[in-house]
Amino acid sequence: MSTIYAAALNFRDEYEALEPAMGAAPYLRPPVAPVLAIKPANCRIGNGEPIPCPRDAIKLRAGGTLALVIGQTARRVRERDALQYLAGYTLAIDVSIPDLSYYRPTVKQRCRDGFCPVGPRVAAISRFPDPDAIEIKISVNGILVCVASTSTLRRGVARLLADVTEFMTLNPGDLLLVGEPLQSPLVGPGDTVYVEVAGIGVLENRVVAEFAR
Amino acid sequence: MKRGRVFYRGEIHRVTETQGGVLLDDGALVDEAELAWLPPVEAGTIFALGLNYADHAAELNFRAPKEPLVFLKGPNTLCGHLGHTERPAGVREMHYECELAVVIGKPARNVPRDLAYDYVAGYTVANDYAFREFLENYYRPNLRVKSRDASTPLGPWLVDVSDVADPMNLRLTTTVNGRLIQRGCTKDMIFSIPMLIEYLSSFLTLNPGDLILTGTPEGLANVQPGDVVVTEVEGIGRLTNTIVEPTE
Repeated sequence: MSTIYAAALNFRDEYEALEPAMGAAPYLRPPVAPVLAIKPANCRIGNGEPIPCPRDAIKLRAGGTLALVIGQTARRVRERDALQYLAGYTLAIDVSIPDLSYYRPTVKQRCRDGFCPVGPRVAAISRFPDPDAIEIKISVNGILVCVASTSTLRRGVARLLADVTEFMTLNPGDLLLVGEPLQSPLVGPGDTVYVEVAGIGVLENRVVAEFAR
Repeated sequence: MKRGRVFYRGEIHRVTETQGGVLLDDGALVDEAELAWLPPVEAGTIFALGLNYADHAAELNFRAPKEPLVFLKGPNTLCGHLGHTERPAGVREMHYECELAVVIGKPARNVPRDLAYDYVAGYTVANDYAFREFLENYYRPNLRVKSRDASTPLGPWLVDVSDVADPMNLRLTTTVNGRLIQRGCTKDMIFSIPMLIEYLSSFLTLNPGDLILTGTPEGLANVQPGDVVVTEVEGIGRLTNTIVEPTE
């Protein structure tokens, strides 16, 4: 079974927003290793499937982002070889219930059913000669709300792969989400989120109220 | 029944325990020296609990949490019985953690605690190693501490839920090179198995094959390459692991 890993604090603006707090409790010092979360299998849905908005949430954060698709077993890869381990790129929405703390694993905020749409397709790495210049656009109901670029990642695509696989093997089919743009929109039931990267396509998912089961 | 998964003569086999031996699914008895143990389940999501024993929480200078401290681990971190776990170069503290692991048997959503055992397939033993130097205060305990390759031995057997009369009253013990060093009982969990299933299923769907590693009691100590660490849960199994030097 493939696993989805998501890097946090990897877009420079998201990192800088927390940076003033990093010297004080509970963080005490800036992060050394990549900050990572797992989006477990119950989160994963496809392009066009509804994102359930849980009854205990009013708004959801829709962290539209680029996902690296692992093509071959990657363990302790070097930065200069890292791209060879990719099958390609796809898109994902790292959905969460907004939470300002990075101290504890945010399983309750990030791991709800349907909280990680993935799609619409996997694009070959050859379509992106510079992985650190990929523009990601997030729209809500057709209005552009966020433009982010992988040029503003603290760890670019290859560096991130090298630093993650230093301690953790990534397997074919695993996804590594490169980061969550700071300006990721807040959305609620009825809103449709679009994540677009030219050359990959558009990932489109509508938020719906979760009903009692 | 006790079920396992092994690698034997080039193939993965499902096996069961018989008196004093291991049976392949075609009924043949195999010599344990000829097989390699795999984790007894093909794990889905791996949930783990921090600070779920009051004594261990005190040992680490934490107040017991009000809500379960749940973190996730990737499947890369599992290894089988008699496996090897690397102690990374330069690490000063590497701790074993003997834990009862719960294996989910059917999809569970909004399950009240009094029905929780209906959703359990069985139990196995986990050793949830930790490497304290890699601990950082971002999504703590972070993946570099808790999801390293082959650093969560699991097994040897999956024991059917119906074969365990009271999973909340099982002795946990760890020996290092034969010396008893960690001792506890599942009755001292802060959040019991039914409470954990109720809690997790209140906000997500637990699926068959998902694991819940229920936390460890007090008695941590540093282990070194060459040490043989045996984590045992009464009636569930004895899980053996050897600490080795890093390969690179």
